[in-house]
Amino acid sequence: MEMIEHALRENPLVAAFAFVGIIMWISVHLSRHLTFGRVHGSAIAIVIGLGLAYWGGIQTGGAKGLADLKIFAGIGLMGGAMMRDFAIVATAFEVHVDEAKKAGMVGVMALLLGTIIPFVVGASVAWSMGYRDAVAMTTIGAGAVTYIVGPVTGAAIGASSDLMALSIATGLIKAIMVMVFTPALAGFMGLNNPRSAMVFGGLAGTVSGVSAGLAATDRRLVPYGALVATFHTGLGCLMGPSVLFLATKALVG
Amino acid sequence: MIIYGTAILAACHLLGVYIGDLLGSLIGVKANVGGVGIAMMLLIAVRVYLHKRGLMPDTTEAGVGFWAAMYIPVVVAMAAQQNVVAALKGGPVALISALGAVILCACVIALINRTGPKNQDSSWQVGTVADET
Repeated sequence: MEMIEHALRENPLVAAFAFVGIIMWISVHLSRHLTFGRVHGSAIAIVIGLGLAYWGGIQTGGAKGLADLKIFAGIGLMGGAMMRDFAIVATAFEVHVDEAKKAGMVGVMALLLGTIIPFVVGASVAWSMGYRDAVAMTTIGAGAVTYIVGPVTGAAIGASSDLMALSIATGLIKAIMVMVFTPALAGFMGLNNPRSAMVFGGLAGTVSGVSAGLAATDRRLVPYGALVATFHTGLGCLMGPSVLFLATKALVG
Repeated sequence: MIIYGTAILAACHLLGVYIGDLLGSLIGVKANVGGVGIAMMLLIAVRVYLHKRGLMPDTTEAGVGFWAAMYIPVVVAMAAQQNVVAALKGGPVALISALGAVILCACVIALINRTGPKNQDSSWQVGTVADET
């Protein structure tokens, strides 16, 4: 047993490949035999991943889910920002340029709406729950855009660390909801062609939510959504501490 | 050689992230502005350029295709290292804000996609990585 653990610990990335392979295999079989293909195998795999992340977080008290357990450290490398972005860029190879160009403008519009709508919702909820000052409202609102925009904005306008934690939690919940609910809501949202995927990428925000949500819905739509979604965080970090903060300040004083 | 494809992919990735950082500091944002998106556009441009000149043999394409196919497993690994515990500890403010944002955005997505032009042409489905199941 110790020998196995040693092997896993010495080869973290290889161990992660094997482990994720097992999760995928289980998920595909669950999808086929339990849901008769109605729920996509990748959707099940992502939910299993989130469940394991919760379990890992409880076990270690760390912030990186399963990756905080020593024998699963490779998960942190395999699913970290570097590999995630590398794989996302690779999917661009499948983009049909004409389709992407056709939806360019609507993608930009979705991106703007995708920043403003979550911000307004977040700030309004914050206000109605007793966070009445502009800094708190802006920080929580920015967190509802993405969990990176939240702390970046909060740091820029001088929010307390409690507020930042709250704003990160808001963004995390949003990302997880997008991951889990996208396949179920795909029909309602009309998510079945490149244009709709680009609209989705702009409005749903967070690369992690969009990429996982689309992966669980239709793998072929991933590059179109990701192409737009990757601008989400940048735009949010640009608008959060500036336009959105000033607008909030003007409203609540 | 297969490494050529992976190397092209890596070069586009790094250049895109670099431009994204540059763009961020240019407009005074402490974040990378669309680096991955820029990298994707670079890769698309390189692919179109090399294809036209016939400099893209199948093995080179396989060097990119492998990573594109690894995308879903990578996303599963990403899900497994989310800070789910912290997310659940956020309390009602975080939960209601996130839920409200997701619901409203889903409705706006539905609205835009239903009013948009009906996309009858399905050419985009050809030549992509199909479901591997």
